Amino acid sequence: MKEKLIVVGNGMAGMRTVEELLKIAPDKYDITVFGEEPHGNYNRIMLSPLLSGEKTLEEIMINDLEWYTTNNITLHAGAEKHVARIDRRQRFVFSEDGTKCHYDRLLLATGSKPFIIPVPGKDLKGVISFRDIADVEIMLKAAKNKRNAIVIGGGLLGLEAANGLQKRGMEVTVVHDVNILMNRQLDTQAADYLKNELEHKGIHFRMDANTSCLEGNEYGEVTAIKFDTGETLTADIVVMAAGIRPNTQLAETIGLYCERGIVVNDTLQTYDPRIYAIGECIQHRGEVFGLVAPIWDQAKVCANHLAGYGIGMYKSKAVSTKLKVTGVDLFSAGDFLGDNDSEKIVFQDPGRGVYKKVVLKDNKIIGSVLYGDTVDGSWYFQLMRDNTSVADMRDKLLFGQHMVGDSGMQGLNATANLPDDAEICGCNGVCKGDIVSAISKSQLFTLDDVRAVTKASASCGSCTGLVEQLLQATVGGDYNEVASEKAVCKCTDYGHEAVRNAIKDKELKSFHQVSDFLEFKNPDGCHVCRPAINYYLLCAWPNEKVDDSRSRFVNERMHANIQKDNTYSVVPRIWGGVTTPDELRAIANAADKFDVPCVKITGGQRIDLLGVKKQDLPAIWKDLNDAGMVSGHAYGKALRTVKTCVGSEFCRFGTQDSTKMGIELEHMTWGSWTPAKVKFAVSGCPRNCAEATIKDFGVVAVDSGWELYVGGNGGIKVRVSDFLCKVSTSEEVKEYSGAFMQMYREQGNHNERTAPWVERVGLSYVKSEIVDNEDQRKAYYERFLESQKYAQVDPWKQRASEGVEKHQFIPLTQVS
Amino acid sequence: MEPEIEKIMNQWIEVGHVDDVPRLGSRVVSSPFGDIAIFKTKDNQLFALRDKCPHKGGALSQGIIHGHKVTCPLHNWVISLLDGEAQGFDEGCTTTYQVKTDGSLIYLALSETAEASQTAAT
Repeated sequence: MKEKLIVVGNGMAGMRTVEELLKIAPDKYDITVFGEEPHGNYNRIMLSPLLSGEKTLEEIMINDLEWYTTNNITLHAGAEKHVARIDRRQRFVFSEDGTKCHYDRLLLATGSKPFIIPVPGKDLKGVISFRDIADVEIMLKAAKNKRNAIVIGGGLLGLEAANGLQKRGMEVTVVHDVNILMNRQLDTQAADYLKNELEHKGIHFRMDANTSCLEGNEYGEVTAIKFDTGETLTADIVVMAAGIRPNTQLAETIGLYCERGIVVNDTLQTYDPRIYAIGECIQHRGEVFGLVAPIWDQAKVCANHLAGYGIGMYKSKAVSTKLKVTGVDLFSAGDFLGDNDSEKIVFQDPGRGVYKKVVLKDNKIIGSVLYGDTVDGSWYFQLMRDNTSVADMRDKLLFGQHMVGDSGMQGLNATANLPDDAEICGCNGVCKGDIVSAISKSQLFTLDDVRAVTKASASCGSCTGLVEQLLQATVGGDYNEVASEKAVCKCTDYGHEAVRNAIKDKELKSFHQVSDFLEFKNPDGCHVCRPAINYYLLCAWPNEKVDDSRSRFVNERMHANIQKDNTYSVVPRIWGGVTTPDELRAIANAADKFDVPCVKITGGQRIDLLGVKKQDLPAIWKDLNDAGMVSGHAYGKALRTVKTCVGSEFCRFGTQDSTKMGIELEHMTWGSWTPAKVKFAVSGCPRNCAEATIKDFGVVAVDSGWELYVGGNGGIKVRVSDFLCKVSTSEEVKEYSGAFMQMYREQGNHNERTAPWVERVGLSYVKSEIVDNEDQRKAYYERFLESQKYAQVDPWKQRASEGVEKHQFIPLTQVS
Repeated sequence: MEPEIEKIMNQWIEVGHVDDVPRLGSRVVSSPFGDIAIFKTKDNQLFALRDKCPHKGGALSQGIIHGHKVTCPLHNWVISLLDGEAQGFDEGCTTTYQVKTDGSLIYLALSETAEASQTAAT
């Protein structure tokens, strides 16, 4: 028989937990839900747009009544289903109307209650809060035939209510007890910008104002608000939006330990082990919650424990806030005020209505407030959550992430003013309108959801920032998911570093040892974590046979690039881009012999034979091998090419022999597997014809030696490389480049190119390891050369002449 | 339908030895109806699917196998080996075929699963 789970509270937190639970253990429980509101489950964040008329009730429903039926959930909805009593010993829940249900596990998701300021008149008719659909209905009714609205509270909720009522045609005055609007999220300057903007929209303010009472008429309806200064204002409706308090009433009645909220541990369990609690009603490590992002995290953890998997701990993370008032753009996160030990970088442009402030401590972002231009909010937030040092980009920080150009989106950075037919995802041809309507129609909340449904940002990922903006703007302000994809993939909650440490510390030697030890949700992993972990294994144990071809992406398994028609491309290595007539003849002969439909020169100074059939691969490789050529690894997360210019041997400007340098570097680095592809270039003079400053490792010859550059990229995000240092000899070039390769190999995340890696760890750190610390550099270099001993084996020769993986290229049988 | 083809479709055809298909790997059987991929999962179960992703025709035999699923190498669609259905929000289906072992030999039935499952059950 199934166990019985009862959920008290039919709000977002409770139902999200149920959804997560159904995903991982659909048959474990008979689920019963008690909710006081007579609806299905709706998106409470969307009450503001519902009030302002930008959304309809249907649009904000997450799960309608049919959903409960389909999923075999018993829903007791309505005021009479208020849960009055719980018998914890016998494990029964009793509702007001006498409904009695037994439980094995109980989930409390009772949410929060608005804080009603204790003034005379607070119980008059027309004095309401802003928490549910019923409140919105009262406001909408008032807006039809009443004129004056007072909103008490100039915080996030209060301003959204004021905006909504004003849009519905009422005269709105916001009453706030201090002089800074949204003082929990904004500093004085940003609050002033906001106040000006809202005043411009027609909302009035009474700042520093304390309410002494609310006055009413003979019918008990509110008529005015009176301040302690004696001033009164006419009021037909008063909205109390002075904050929320965790709703612990039921929990306290049944004797569960509560402080400000229901106290839970890291698994969302209360002091009664059969009872879990989640959402705005809880208190976790002293903290209470009001925004949706942490609650989503809680739902995941809680569902996992309810399902009996017993893994996952809830850790509270920093959250950010955005205001959902059309035309007002503001963002706030972390410690935005700072103190004597922190520094503030501020940008102000009153003419454009733009204010940006980032607070730093020890060169790390600890908070930020943005007004008017919030495009970079999620970037700052990510830097803050990742604890990234911004020492190397302080000079550009406030100008935003778009200082690096993105390809494929015409340099667009802001989505707000784009028309619906503006193409956001250039890979998959997805327009703004498609994304926005998918988000509202399919109730998408996370970037992964949007990727799955629309395919936007699901290919190269360069439009991720834009898609996130659309998600924020559409789902609503106080929701903020930053692409802090710390976990390797959905199979595990562990991040790349944790996995690598486990491999080293526990001497794990295969994917399944890793997935067993770290208790992966899918024992076989998926197409994301399998190649990643395979790489980490072979980086950690270079001289052991840990490489598993079945965890390799097809290209690295077949040693050729798969094409759209399932043929392959063959790119022989051409050292430093320098070839010979004999090599060219051999390539031409092979192209003729195997009917290669297209012969193309690549950007990396190689020759690409496109359209080779799978079964022909070993034979064409054999021919190329016989002419002295080896695999060019154009298919791998590996050293791809070392591009060179002519250099001093022929060029009248050349200062050093760049081709010779390039060929030597390629001989040293070829065959190495890396977290993502790696490209080198060597230029013979500062004219830089080999374009060395947009390569992962670039070498530029000058008269007195070689300049070394790292972290460049010419693809998705053009990034000019950073200057690492200058060296005198070609031996040093090799040592520094080998050390850099090894450092990246050991510390870069799988699929993370050197450009984002250098940005993530900071150039200063790379310099401190490679340039300043000679011992460290030599140790990296030695480890690199050691691993190369085992890596420099031509995979083509193994397959063409030694029968390795022969079955890959021939059919099992032919049925005719 | 040609009587010859009909004959092929209604019989179990021996296609190879179980050890010919590597674990978490696949092999391809060429047939008059196109390539058919035989997959072997971690738990040593065999599955047969048309070697063509319902999305853009990628060779599923070249994908990474995980659980009872395979990820297409072209655009990362995840296809169920059980029924050929695309997973997640993707929509599409690849034909599945009946496959069985007798001793150490693998047999394949070229009639599509829907009909074949009847005979296989008996």
